[in-house]
Amino acid sequence: MSTETLTVQKTAEKKEGLFSKKNRKLLTDPLDNNNPVTVQVLGICSSLAVTVQMKPAFFMCLGLMFVTACSNLFISMLRNTIPSRIRIIVQLAVVSLFVILVDELLKAYAFEVSKRLSVFVGLIITNCIVMGRLEAYAMANKPWPSFLDGIGNGIGYSAILLTLAFVRELLGSGSLWGYKIFESAGIPFIGNGVLMMPAGACLLIGVLIWAQRARNGYTEAD
Amino acid sequence: MELANLFIKSVFIDNMIFAYFLGMCSYLAVSKKVTTAFGLGMAVIFVLGFTIPINWLVQNYFLNEGAMAWISPKFATVDLSFLSFIVFISVIAAFTQLTEMAVEKLSPSLYNSLGIFLPLIAVNCSILGGALFMLQRPYNFVEATTFGFGSGLGWLLAIVALAAVREKLKYSNVPAPLKGLGITFIIVGLMSFGFLSFMGFSL
Repeated sequence: MSTETLTVQKTAEKKEGLFSKKNRKLLTDPLDNNNPVTVQVLGICSSLAVTVQMKPAFFMCLGLMFVTACSNLFISMLRNTIPSRIRIIVQLAVVSLFVILVDELLKAYAFEVSKRLSVFVGLIITNCIVMGRLEAYAMANKPWPSFLDGIGNGIGYSAILLTLAFVRELLGSGSLWGYKIFESAGIPFIGNGVLMMPAGACLLIGVLIWAQRARNGYTEAD
Repeated sequence: MELANLFIKSVFIDNMIFAYFLGMCSYLAVSKKVTTAFGLGMAVIFVLGFTIPINWLVQNYFLNEGAMAWISPKFATVDLSFLSFIVFISVIAAFTQLTEMAVEKLSPSLYNSLGIFLPLIAVNCSILGGALFMLQRPYNFVEATTFGFGSGLGWLLAIVALAAVREKLKYSNVPAPLKGLGITFIIVGLMSFGFLSFMGFSL
């Protein structure tokens, strides 16, 4: 039995390696050149709202990565059987199934975080990253690359979210992951109230996009 | 008077965009011209104003614990509240799809200005967000309806204001990498500071 599965795996690898160059690109591309937040402009709502502290942001990232990857996988498996007129409802049904799973898991094992995130767990359903990747990638590609695409976009989203949360928590309340850095080092620190508000996150994303585009040399024709 | 307070609160103080940042994706994507922004805003008012009362009815007569007792006493212990996400989003998607078909048949001119935005709205966070806020707050039916229309109006104000700023922005000299998306984010941040001044009102 075990040798049989091994040979099956080997033949599959010969056809196209599970982590071939093309597939690895799916994972790394969304980190910078094709970042879901700063380049594709998807999933802005949650990246502004849950990044006051690192811990809720981290759980949000895990949840989103799980939902994107799994729904990409499932929709990609179903892609040839979905009639195009009702595809949005089918996609939403699959996505909300996974979001309900995430929500119930968070309520059971991380109740504090689930309270902090409030409606934003439910809003993963309408998070444009999930729908955007389903429409743009999973509807036209095989299950395994779609799964990797979901993971990759989840990582790209997490990179931005954790950067924002790092800056906002460090400068806004002088702590990291709930641990008071400045106070325990004996340095007096007054929190920057602007960064605690969603408006501060808006300015921060603007500056982040500016920095990224200046580095990549990309300008928008407007 | 209570209702008027709630209306003003949901338009200005709890503004969907500037206080909760919901519906940002379409807010940023469709705010290049005032006329299209106005069309999308009207569609949001319409959909929010109708789906929130519908979802309220569904929640209170089907999903809450014991809510189905009106069908038969046997259902008095049934609790379906874990299904609310999937039911809400289905109601919203079905409503937008039906409205799109109805508008297309009944009034082609309205369809040209409003109908194209309706499919976009099914995945607009502010619609589902409104339904989830309604779930968290103890509104009755009339209050939920007022909240829906108020939030929609707030969204319309926000997107028309941003579109007006962006139309003028064409003539200003913005650093090249900041053009487009970057400067838009910064403007939204600054406008949000403006709206923070409404926070002081206690209604």
